[in-house]
Amino acid sequence: MYSDKVMEHFTNPRNVGEITDPSGVGEVGNSVCGDIMKIFLKVEDNIIKDIKFKTFGCGAAIATSSMVTEMAKGKTLDEAEQISNKAVAEMLDGLPPQKMHCSNLAADALKKAIEDYKNKQAV
Amino acid sequence: MRRVYFDHSATTPVHPAVAEEMYRYVNKTFGNPSSVHFFGREARKAVEEAREKVARAIGSRPEEIIFTSGGTESDLMAIKGVAYANRNKGNHIITSSVEHHAVLDNCKALEKEGFAVTVLPVDADGMVSPDSVAAAITDKTILITIMHANNEVGTIQPIGEIGRLARERGILFHTDAVQSFGKIPVNVDELLVDFVSISGHKIYAPKGIGALYIRRGVRWLPISLGGGQERKRRPGTENVPGIAALGKAAEIAMETMAAEAARLTLLRDRMIKEVMENYSNVRLNGHPTKRLPNHVNFAFEFIEGESLLLSLDLQGVAASSGSACTSGSLEPSHVLLAMGIPPEIAHGSLRITLGKDNNEEDVSYFLDVLPAIIERLRAMSPLYHKVSDDCETCVKTWCR
Ligand SMILES: Cc1ncc(COP(=O)(O)O)c(C=O)c1O
Ligand code: FES
Repeated sequence: MYSDKVMEHFTNPRNVGEITDPSGVGEVGNSVCGDIMKIFLKVEDNIIKDIKFKTFGCGAAIATSSMVTEMAKGKTLDEAEQISNKAVAEMLDGLPPQKMHCSNLAADALKKAIEDYKNKQAV
Repeated sequence: MRRVYFDHSATTPVHPAVAEEMYRYVNKTFGNPSSVHFFGREARKAVEEAREKVARAIGSRPEEIIFTSGGTESDLMAIKGVAYANRNKGNHIITSSVEHHAVLDNCKALEKEGFAVTVLPVDADGMVSPDSVAAAITDKTILITIMHANNEVGTIQPIGEIGRLARERGILFHTDAVQSFGKIPVNVDELLVDFVSISGHKIYAPKGIGALYIRRGVRWLPISLGGGQERKRRPGTENVPGIAALGKAAEIAMETMAAEAARLTLLRDRMIKEVMENYSNVRLNGHPTKRLPNHVNFAFEFIEGESLLLSLDLQGVAASSGSACTSGSLEPSHVLLAMGIPPEIAHGSLRITLGKDNNEEDVSYFLDVLPAIIERLRAMSPLYHKVSDDCETCVKTWCR
């Protein structure tokens, strides 16, 4: 039911873990549906220097988390904010229809982390 | 890679002797059981022999058995057949919150037609209390339908006690014995039941064949209408190969049940003991002892069930999380929720159901591959490190 790409990211997820002293953190999800995703950012000169994730969820949730961190790493904040749920799913060669809301989560978590960073900067 | 099949509650492989029996009726003995000629008579003989075998297995008369397309159809025919036949007596049906959807959804459908349904709660082990059944009975109650053993957590219900209540009050009683039949004794007079659903593919017969026991003399109406087959109770040309297979599988199950139950109980209890001892934040779902001999259900906290299944599958271990029928939806299993298990923990459930080809090595292999999987998924989980006595959610859910 999952593409090889999804299984590959599920088996070898990129950027798992936490960043101590992160520039921004984004958490989304709800435990009733079974996904909670947390993204940690290290931002320097408006560029995502490092990014890590922790996810409680199904195979698709883990694979999309992994993929979104890979897509965002090294990008400027403006570029990273443009990453869409659809783009994440496409990079994974698609997701089963009933799993599409997991990919929403990945991009949402990233956006929240960027927002968190921007809020901190504004203070 | 080693492949271990641990999903016998979802379905079982067809027993070689059953396949052989079935093949005979697919291949050589192809007649229509309703035909008067030799070919038809041979097929008729196969059907009636199978009926006797199924009847013997549950302690009924052969004419009280009708063959169906499986557990789902048997549940439908029992529930709707009783409801429609007893409308003038009353409109109330009692069931439980842990039933298979084949029961729950038919009850729900009847609610739309003016029937009133009481869905009884269960305790933390998934058990229905006979007292709650007694308390729910009204003058209008026409049917009680409570499963014998639960497909998701393996809990065995006190069917005999509920049967006694039903009998005293003159209420018809149906039990879905799809998971228990062939694994533990199912005797219609000991359980005091009027209807019993069974399914072939859970007992090493193929998919798409089942049976319904209908106690002689009860008020019941057939749902499908047509030809005169199954004495007009379930018309349509008989699935002769499937019926022969079910008969053979029932016969084998009766011969092997006692020894197999003892053997699987040892494997089951070894698995439970080692997992409960070696992991933190794991619980056993379902009743600790009143459970099917082949049935284990764990909840690993901080981990989501599908990731666990995928990881096990990559190691060749086939298990399930909740029931196969529920896996299409994103909601956690209605059975675990009914038992009061919080949704986030219900998501981490792992069902292991053993069968005839499983052995000690399979259990050892599973116990060997499990630690790395649990460790990896927990390390990835944002919930794992959060556990703290200061956190209210933690205290309420994760740690208790
Ligand atoms: C308790 C229970 N009832 C009914 C069914 C449905 O049986 P079948 O697949 O033969 O329709 C199942 C199978 O999943 C079951 O476990
Ligand atoms: S766990 Fe919610 S759909 Fe992935």
